[in-house]
Amino acid sequence: MPERSSRVLPIYVAAACFVLLAPIVIVCVISFGGDGYLKFPPDSFSLKWFAAFFGDSRWRQSLISSALIALIACVISTVIGFLAAYALVRAEMRAKKFILSLMLMPIIVPTVITAIAMYFLTAKFGLVGNMLWIGFCHAIIALPIVLLILLSALQGVDPNLERAALGLGASRLRVFFKVVIPIAWPGVVSAALFAYLASFDELIISLFLAGARAQTLPVRIWNSLHLDIEPTIAAAATFLIALTGAILIADGAVRWLRGRSVGSTQP
Amino acid sequence: MRREAFWRDPAILVYPAIAFLVIGFVIPLTWFFVATLSEIGGPSAILGQVVSIASSRAVVSALITTNWIALLVTALTLLAGYPIAYYLSTGNRLRFTLVLFCIVVPYFTSVIVRTYSWMVLLGRNGVINQALLSLGVIDAPLPLLYNKLGVVIGMTYVLLPYMILTLYAAMKAIDPSYMRAGLALGASRTYAFRRIYLPLSAHGAISGSLIVFILAIGFFITPALMGGPSDVMIAMLIERSVEIMLDWQGAAIMSLLLLALTLVLFAIYYRVTDVRRMMGA
Repeated sequence: MPERSSRVLPIYVAAACFVLLAPIVIVCVISFGGDGYLKFPPDSFSLKWFAAFFGDSRWRQSLISSALIALIACVISTVIGFLAAYALVRAEMRAKKFILSLMLMPIIVPTVITAIAMYFLTAKFGLVGNMLWIGFCHAIIALPIVLLILLSALQGVDPNLERAALGLGASRLRVFFKVVIPIAWPGVVSAALFAYLASFDELIISLFLAGARAQTLPVRIWNSLHLDIEPTIAAAATFLIALTGAILIADGAVRWLRGRSVGSTQP
Repeated sequence: MRREAFWRDPAILVYPAIAFLVIGFVIPLTWFFVATLSEIGGPSAILGQVVSIASSRAVVSALITTNWIALLVTALTLLAGYPIAYYLSTGNRLRFTLVLFCIVVPYFTSVIVRTYSWMVLLGRNGVINQALLSLGVIDAPLPLLYNKLGVVIGMTYVLLPYMILTLYAAMKAIDPSYMRAGLALGASRTYAFRRIYLPLSAHGAISGSLIVFILAIGFFITPALMGGPSDVMIAMLIERSVEIMLDWQGAAIMSLLLLALTLVLFAIYYRVTDVRRMMGA
């Protein structure tokens, strides 16, 4: 970049980083405010909005719904995505790029369209509000994320290790559980974590499929936002931010462990 | 014996995912379009209905708003993101980690939370107006929310990480020795940047712009919460026709238009990018 920018660039990037983080940090701070309305910086601090959030049975119910649905979506998408990623990395396939693009479609097609199409069927079969079904639908959205993470993770597994195990008489199934999974597990954990997060945060599909029975946390926030920007929402938002933070930290820890184990096996 | 054959070729392991996508994604979409459109009548009746809806005032105005906002957001994310991605690709490890942290945290935060955060900032009694009023910069709150400005700010914020990560993936692949060679041969830094770095990173800029534009035209949450009554994007119109007007046919036809536009753009994206690198994975 031009000479002058050697000083301008770091200042710009610092300002941009501030703008990227500030909204999230401000919401977290406001949620601990003790005033009756949204004020930044707050005059006093309290946990009253968190008490209101966790004390309200509807907010609590939405938390439980989100947690259960995300668990279902996470299990389905991680298992199916792992198998598919393995096949895409290892097998000789024509149209590999085409198959992959097809699998990425759920994040390309506008979610509103997917959600309405799913709702159309869901309403016909009377599945509105069925958590198992919502989890299944969320898994569709989570699958591309799982796939992208696992494709890059599995590319790091040396196929010679599998060939050696096969050559020594192990069955494919045994190689899978004794060689591939032990090496690729950090990628699998990352993929599962982000699949969980993707489902937990998903709003549009839940908006259509949840009905009154299975309102998820994002749906509750959405409904409350249409009434008023009440500070309880700030507490709910902070909860979601904390969840994101926890998952990023867990992912970082997994990567760190992997880096250490790779380091120790190399001479 | 058959089970052995089953495990010999790993290609078979892709089938559960394909079956899952067909059941959960392809069939619902196809069924939805076929069932709603076939109620209209034969092909000519459907075509007539498509033309009449596509040329209706509400849809035309929503399409113009959608494309305009998407274009603006794409340009803004490119302008704002390019220097950040450049900095990421050249910085040392500590700087890299710090900047990446600031990008990744919002990237993985729920869209509704990010939208809500900006509503808190931009509202009539929001953080920015409160601060400007107390500093005496303004006498009355600025209208920052519930208009196009709010939508553009919110969407630019939500989509910026996609742009940065795509640009970064392209810039990381640029060999720094090209720039050094240019400089050694006597080019000024500005000239070398313009003639060497910019063309080499154009590929990433195109990919990033395409993915941001594709995501922006289908956006729903942010414009629905931050827009005013006249800032109706096409995805909002689709949602409203189902939720409020129960007009499934209208929703299906508008969805078809939006889907067609999205798929055409994705086809271009598919040609210019390695999809495995999508979103900087």
